[in-house]
Amino acid sequence: MKWIDYATPRSVREAVDLLAEHGDRARIMAGGTDILVQLRAGRWDLDLLVDGKNIAELNELTYDPEVGLTLGAAVACYKVYQNAAISRAYPGLIDAASLIGGIQIQGRAAIGGNVCNSTPSADTIPILIALGATCNIVGPGGNRKVAMEDFCTGPGQNVLQADEMLVSIHLPAPVANSGAHYQRFIPRNEMDIAVAGVGVSVVLDNGTVKSARVALASVAPTPLFVRAAGEALAGKPASEESIQKAADLARDAATPITDMRGTIEYRKHLCEVLTRRALNIAIERAKETQ
Amino acid sequence: MPAKTYVRSIINREHVDFLCEPRQSLLECLRDVVGLTGTKEGCNDGNCGACTVEFDGRIVTSCLVLGVEAEGKEITTIEGVAIGSTLHPIQQAFLENAALQCGICTPGFIVATKALLEAEPNPSEYRIRFWLANNLCRCTGYDKIVRAVMGAAGKMQAAKA
Repeated sequence: MKWIDYATPRSVREAVDLLAEHGDRARIMAGGTDILVQLRAGRWDLDLLVDGKNIAELNELTYDPEVGLTLGAAVACYKVYQNAAISRAYPGLIDAASLIGGIQIQGRAAIGGNVCNSTPSADTIPILIALGATCNIVGPGGNRKVAMEDFCTGPGQNVLQADEMLVSIHLPAPVANSGAHYQRFIPRNEMDIAVAGVGVSVVLDNGTVKSARVALASVAPTPLFVRAAGEALAGKPASEESIQKAADLARDAATPITDMRGTIEYRKHLCEVLTRRALNIAIERAKETQ
Repeated sequence: MPAKTYVRSIINREHVDFLCEPRQSLLECLRDVVGLTGTKEGCNDGNCGACTVEFDGRIVTSCLVLGVEAEGKEITTIEGVAIGSTLHPIQQAFLENAALQCGICTPGFIVATKALLEAEPNPSEYRIRFWLANNLCRCTGYDKIVRAVMGAAGKMQAAKA
């Protein structure tokens, strides 16, 4: 890795000032598990790494059953899944946080970092989309909020300007009779990049699906929100037939490429299978909360 | 060229100060600056786990931590696992179960195992394999490592009883 400087700002303002001063010659880091690898591989030519881990707002992890979850952008995965209240409220998020990398990676890697790295295969983004997450972004001009499904704009690309940073992610409080789940397909049991992944959430009203959201990983240039799949379920009974219809819509929405991890046909098939399985698990979880 | 940074840390229960460049990984600092070469470099991108150390109470791959991030932090490397000349029960179990061949991955496996058994004294085989998924071994086929971890867990439990 070539010479690079390192800064540890103590406030969001200080961090934004550094980003504004250095433009695309600086990047912010959370756990560093992606950016340090990318720096060694020469993907970035930077003068400055801005470490966000000493900024209070980026370390915030607060859950309130009325308000929801505020997840600071630099909070490591293990802090999320070791929190009993958060694990009970958002089991779907825990599914994703506990399968990123291995134990060593989870000790450093942040969900906010996974979001900002913005790969199509990012394991946390589909479930965050399904859970209706919002990104809290700060730049020199002030704050803005972006829905998670609008955050990524291409492989490794997102809506952040060079002088903006993700400060936190907000998840709405889970409503009654709701359930969510993320699962991915990989050839080994752990430590791999999704061939395809599916995050879903459902809200039930007795045996009927009140609303549902479905999002996919690794099958489009960005994590993909399949609005039509969720809408097809809304108002329908939580039956095999309606789940199958949503799974078919997820498969149809996927636009994967063929690469070393899988072919287009295989990935589209996986979208159908994983959506069906994930919806069934989310529905079971929703019933358990009834 | 940016100046070197003065870093104050606690490594293996001792205060250790060192100078490093901001671009240097904790792994480089441990091996090339501090002179603790027990921690090994494998892939240098977080996949193989050979460079696993305990950092601020969690195991991490030290290739994915910057040396400058060690300011004020406590670190335990493989050199800090034995107490004096007495091997840790995990080290003893790795020897007794022949859980190493070339040995390059072993420091990482032992540091990772120590963190596991401190958090979960009696893990299942499934849990051991899951916990150690971030550590690669190209010699043993893992079975002897898993047996060593189970053996160490048993002995550590018995010693406590």
